[in-house]
Amino acid sequence: MQYLLLIYAAEDAGPQPGDAEYAAFMNGYFAFTKDVKERGLFQGGEPLEKASTATTVRVRDGQALVTDGPFAETKEVLGGFYLLDCKDLDEALECASKIPSAKHGSIEVRPIMQIPAMDASG
Amino acid sequence: MPADSRIDEEAAAPGTNESVPGVTAAGATAPGAAAPGAAAPGAVSAESVRAEIEQTVREHYGRMLALLIHQFGDIELAEDVLQEAALIALEKWITNGIPEKPIPWLVLTAKNKAIDKLRRQQHYLTVEKQMAILDKLEHDSVDEKDEDAERYPDRRLSLIFTCCHPALDQQVRVALTLKTLCGLSTFQIASAFLVSETTMAQRIVRAKRKIKSAGIPYQVPPAHLIQSRLESVLAVIYFIFNEGYHCSSGNKLVNEEFCEEAIHLAAMMLKLLPEESEVMGLYALILFHHARSTARVDSKGQLIDLENQNRIIWDRSLIERADRLLKEALAKGNAGPYQLQAAISAIHAHAETFEETDWKQIVMLYQKLEAIRPNAVVRLNLTIALSYAEDANIALMYLDQIEDLDQLDCYHPYYLTRAELLRRQGCLREAESMYQKAVDLCDNSVEKQHIMKKMRATTYNQ
Repeated sequence: MQYLLLIYAAEDAGPQPGDAEYAAFMNGYFAFTKDVKERGLFQGGEPLEKASTATTVRVRDGQALVTDGPFAETKEVLGGFYLLDCKDLDEALECASKIPSAKHGSIEVRPIMQIPAMDASG
Repeated sequence: MPADSRIDEEAAAPGTNESVPGVTAAGATAPGAAAPGAAAPGAVSAESVRAEIEQTVREHYGRMLALLIHQFGDIELAEDVLQEAALIALEKWITNGIPEKPIPWLVLTAKNKAIDKLRRQQHYLTVEKQMAILDKLEHDSVDEKDEDAERYPDRRLSLIFTCCHPALDQQVRVALTLKTLCGLSTFQIASAFLVSETTMAQRIVRAKRKIKSAGIPYQVPPAHLIQSRLESVLAVIYFIFNEGYHCSSGNKLVNEEFCEEAIHLAAMMLKLLPEESEVMGLYALILFHHARSTARVDSKGQLIDLENQNRIIWDRSLIERADRLLKEALAKGNAGPYQLQAAISAIHAHAETFEETDWKQIVMLYQKLEAIRPNAVVRLNLTIALSYAEDANIALMYLDQIEDLDQLDCYHPYYLTRAELLRRQGCLREAESMYQKAVDLCDNSVEKQHIMKKMRATTYNQ
């Protein structure tokens, strides 16, 4: 089953570039990515630019409304993601607990929806 | 729109897909069954056959359901076909008599129903998934040929770990466990939690949907996870017992059914994990409490507290069983929280009178418990033990320095404890106002009466 692991954290929480612990923090990410790749679970994953770079689009009455900023103004923001193919939720949760940002932020684990029609044709 | 939502919505409507284990629902609506109370000749025997069938289904419900869930990987489908099988059984057996091996008959009938259903409902499932289930069903000839029910693979352990998975909400873990393992109806569960049947049905359906779409596995967790997961399972069983032993709300003190189900689940866990000392600890703890059942309610249904119970009528055979379990558990060393709580109950169980209780030992055990489970409720219990081992003044001083006291803001035993300590110190007016707070927060009318009685006695003595 595929799971999207959404990494949420306050942007000023955790080690920042320039901090002494930043290198170790990033190495934690490299090691995690290497581990899920070696286990054949990795299907994708990227860090995101800061939430202040986000642009939100809504189409209402045929009109595209473009606004500056993320969809919701919250302290913890989406900072990156992994797409993993795991055996079951237990395996996905175990991976989530190893993501370095879990120590100061939160990882939301969401199963990818299975759509039968697409399976049948594929 | 999730592709499988149609199945789920059907299930959310109470009464339509409500899979009472062929007991409650079947009892009222089974086709071909004699109308209850019918005076026609033969009605008595039909009734007795029906009762026997219901008993058989009830007794083996959890085990049959767990086996079917293991095979289909789908709780809803398993519940549906097991109920259908129970209804067919009722119809056939009333005419033909109960077969010699009723359990394999029921399981096989349920499996055949599932195969029919899966073929008809292709569009609900991915082709891949459906083929996998059908393949497993048709080629998996393990169980039902083995006609001895006792030799059936017991999949209940996997099922209880699924139902108590930490990814599910705490209350829903309890509801799912009662529904699948114990075969209680949604109505019975809803009444115990004082919510409508529809609300409870929706909660259960949401949980089943999550199990399915989030991929919560049907399995006994791997070795490195088992301890933390076991904690969640034991917490659910203990919650069920406590809710039965001391209903948090409503107008009766005890829900006998919940007590019995908890005992039944603890016994099942012990059978399936015979080496786990915390399972023994929990089982012992439950039995120690249950042994006091008859002594804690008077003939008018009013609560009698530990201090005033007639200890002669405590059930000695249950206490002995609990003693043996606790002894075996403690011999393994490294006592966990349930063993420590059971050890505290054991001291009460063996004290001839309230006054002769070894409070110093109880204080020591609560201190050990606090070291491994530091929380405000444990500290509150430690306070009570201190008040008898030392005195009310020392206990109050300890109570006042508890750091996370705000955790108990809405917990009526906290105010009751404070009231009792103040009363024993002679601060009657302050005690009275604490009793009042406890009364206001208490949702169980029997206990409310009990606290009010204490409050009135305090007022009278002023």
